[in-house]
Amino acid sequence: MSVYLLRGVSPLGAEPVDLLIRDGVIAELGTRLSAADARVIDGAGLVALPGLVDLHTHLREPGREDAETVESGSRAAARGGWTAVHAMANTDPVADTAGVVEQVWRLGRRSGWVDVRPVGAVTVGLGGERLAELGAMADSAARVSVFSDDGMCVHDAVLMRRALEYVKAFDGVVAQHAQEPRLTENAQMHEGEVSAALGLTGWPAVAEEAIIARDVLLAGHVGSRLHVCHVSTAGSVEIIRWAKARGIDVTAEVTPHHLLLTDELVRTYDPVYKVNPPLRTADDVAALRAALADGTIDIVATDHAPHPVEAKDCEWGSAAMGMTGLETALSVVQEAMVDTGLLDWAQVATRMSSTPARIGRLADQGRPLAVGEPAHLTLIDPAAVWDCDPAAMATSGRNSPLRGRKMSGQVVATFYLGQPTVLDGALNEPVELS
Amino acid sequence: MKHLLSAADLDRDAAVSVLDVAEQMAATQQREIKKLPTLRGRTVVNLFYEDSTRTRISFEAAAKRLSADVINFSAKGSSVSKGESLKDTALTLEAMGADVVVVRHPVSGAPHRLAHAGWIRGAVVNAGDGTHEHPTQALLDAFTLRRRLVGEDRGDSSLGQDLKGRRVAIVGDVLHSRVARSNVLLLHTLGAEVVLVAPPTLLPVGIGSWPCTMSYDMDGVINGDHGDLDAVMMLRVQQERMNAAYFPSAREYSRRYGLDAKRVAALPDHALVMHPGPMNRGLEISAEAADSARSTIVEQVANGVAVRMAVLYLILSGENS
Repeated sequence: MSVYLLRGVSPLGAEPVDLLIRDGVIAELGTRLSAADARVIDGAGLVALPGLVDLHTHLREPGREDAETVESGSRAAARGGWTAVHAMANTDPVADTAGVVEQVWRLGRRSGWVDVRPVGAVTVGLGGERLAELGAMADSAARVSVFSDDGMCVHDAVLMRRALEYVKAFDGVVAQHAQEPRLTENAQMHEGEVSAALGLTGWPAVAEEAIIARDVLLAGHVGSRLHVCHVSTAGSVEIIRWAKARGIDVTAEVTPHHLLLTDELVRTYDPVYKVNPPLRTADDVAALRAALADGTIDIVATDHAPHPVEAKDCEWGSAAMGMTGLETALSVVQEAMVDTGLLDWAQVATRMSSTPARIGRLADQGRPLAVGEPAHLTLIDPAAVWDCDPAAMATSGRNSPLRGRKMSGQVVATFYLGQPTVLDGALNEPVELS
Repeated sequence: MKHLLSAADLDRDAAVSVLDVAEQMAATQQREIKKLPTLRGRTVVNLFYEDSTRTRISFEAAAKRLSADVINFSAKGSSVSKGESLKDTALTLEAMGADVVVVRHPVSGAPHRLAHAGWIRGAVVNAGDGTHEHPTQALLDAFTLRRRLVGEDRGDSSLGQDLKGRRVAIVGDVLHSRVARSNVLLLHTLGAEVVLVAPPTLLPVGIGSWPCTMSYDMDGVINGDHGDLDAVMMLRVQQERMNAAYFPSAREYSRRYGLDAKRVAALPDHALVMHPGPMNRGLEISAEAADSARSTIVEQVANGVAVRMAVLYLILSGENS
């Protein structure tokens, strides 16, 4: 069955309309539509968004299948309303060759829950010493266009410059994990009042800001595109705002957790709050929200980072960094940005769908909700309230910092290539791709 | 009190009551037979992930003098990467019926995690965690200060008294010191003023909210720039810190921040010289200063047993009520 009639949905929060999906595309938009062969879905009260596109996901496969697989991670993505995710390169082996990125891409095709777009490593083995074969990855079946050493910073200025220049040949972008390594040796949490009291080694804001400042200047100098991963400080926002005002081609992302949570949570010493970059202060959260609202920060990306239970069921200093996020991101954005009046749903759609698709050069994702467009759609019930229970999630990771929290807004359905991967808030069926 | 994880767990009255019980415990230690039957049948586990003979022996003596059964569990190296996890160790201790776990751990917050992760039901006493806190050290320091400053002033018992109006300088590697953190909190709770003295590299960013004042100038503080001092507490400084550029050399550190005979002589006559041990003689403290008449360093060790007896007693008796 490939015909669906969404009755009375609100496109981007606007007046309700009927939306007919046929053969993978939006076939009709209007009132009182009918189609005899269609499965009708009651869309009353639901907001329709273009399918969400995550520029920053860790699917862990190959190598850490105990933490997540492409299958489990892409199920989680569908549950969270995503129709495309970019799988970060810090797998084992590292996604630094055409062979590995094609493997991840094929696993994604086989799973069929979302479009899995591999990210290629910038340097061999994330080692920060030699460029990986970026062109081979771009030319591979996976058609990689986003390159990142995420988890590690490309800290060598010459190597960063060369990477920025080199990817212009195939319209790629370097996504930088901005972390000056010497300033963050053994860093455990944001450096400030809380770290001073807790006796945990600090991760100073300047370690992020110094790299971003250098990188925007480099990108400006060589006329390249730069994307900044998981911006976490008010100072970084100021630098990016300055760079954009100068016409530098820089885009930036913020994670849901940095829009909501602060370093005060670390007082519990519960490693579920350990993440890199670390949770910052309430002032940083306010600056990040304002920057996402005014467009200084372009997109929300999850940095979904699942870990096996034992990596978090320990003392802080031994725990892994990272939080899950695919299945909670849209609810967090609703709570932090929509319910606060900072964004409307149309602006959420740009920040979570069309702009990330543009940065990742995904031509058929993040499209307008218009007749003839590919039917990648997310239906959300903004009035729904639910309890965050990590054990009930599709991701293999149980490390959600929102555990036990009341969440606002629920993904009711996700359509990928015109087919419902999620229906009635539960996983439905993946898409069979030839 | 259920656990003792931080000096901040104690308000003024609770802290004074620990010190008062410690006085009673100290009195029993003057008797020929030092052992009390109070904790007979209770089990105290000393779980030490770092070498710390002094603190472990002090807790062991305290528990034994209260007739508790003591199990010493020495687990050098730690956690996920190096074998058994803290969780599995905790489950083992729980299965052995530990009533109190006294834990020393190189990771800040490990005792907090042990107390609150749901792994064990027993009480947890922090015997020093990473660069976070060492609350029983702060209690024994406060006990020593109260005895020497308040008790001797009044010519009678210091029972029920706090340290209101007293001024203590804490000098040295505050950034990495669990002793400093616990002392700042507890001394403030007890009404004393604290002046931290260190090179700027060894004061944490974010220290502004601590209830104390700060100085980079040791001679100024010794000479009364922040008011007359009642005590100077020297912190241990690891020689390796100079390799990470916290200071240029041991010699320069000693010259600028070491306590030598000249600086001791500049202190008010009644002011005490304290050190939590183990000392680096010749680095943060000279032999003359450490061995001077006003040094309480050996007395601090003796007081440690009485204070730890009080802590174990209060935790286990509170559990009964």
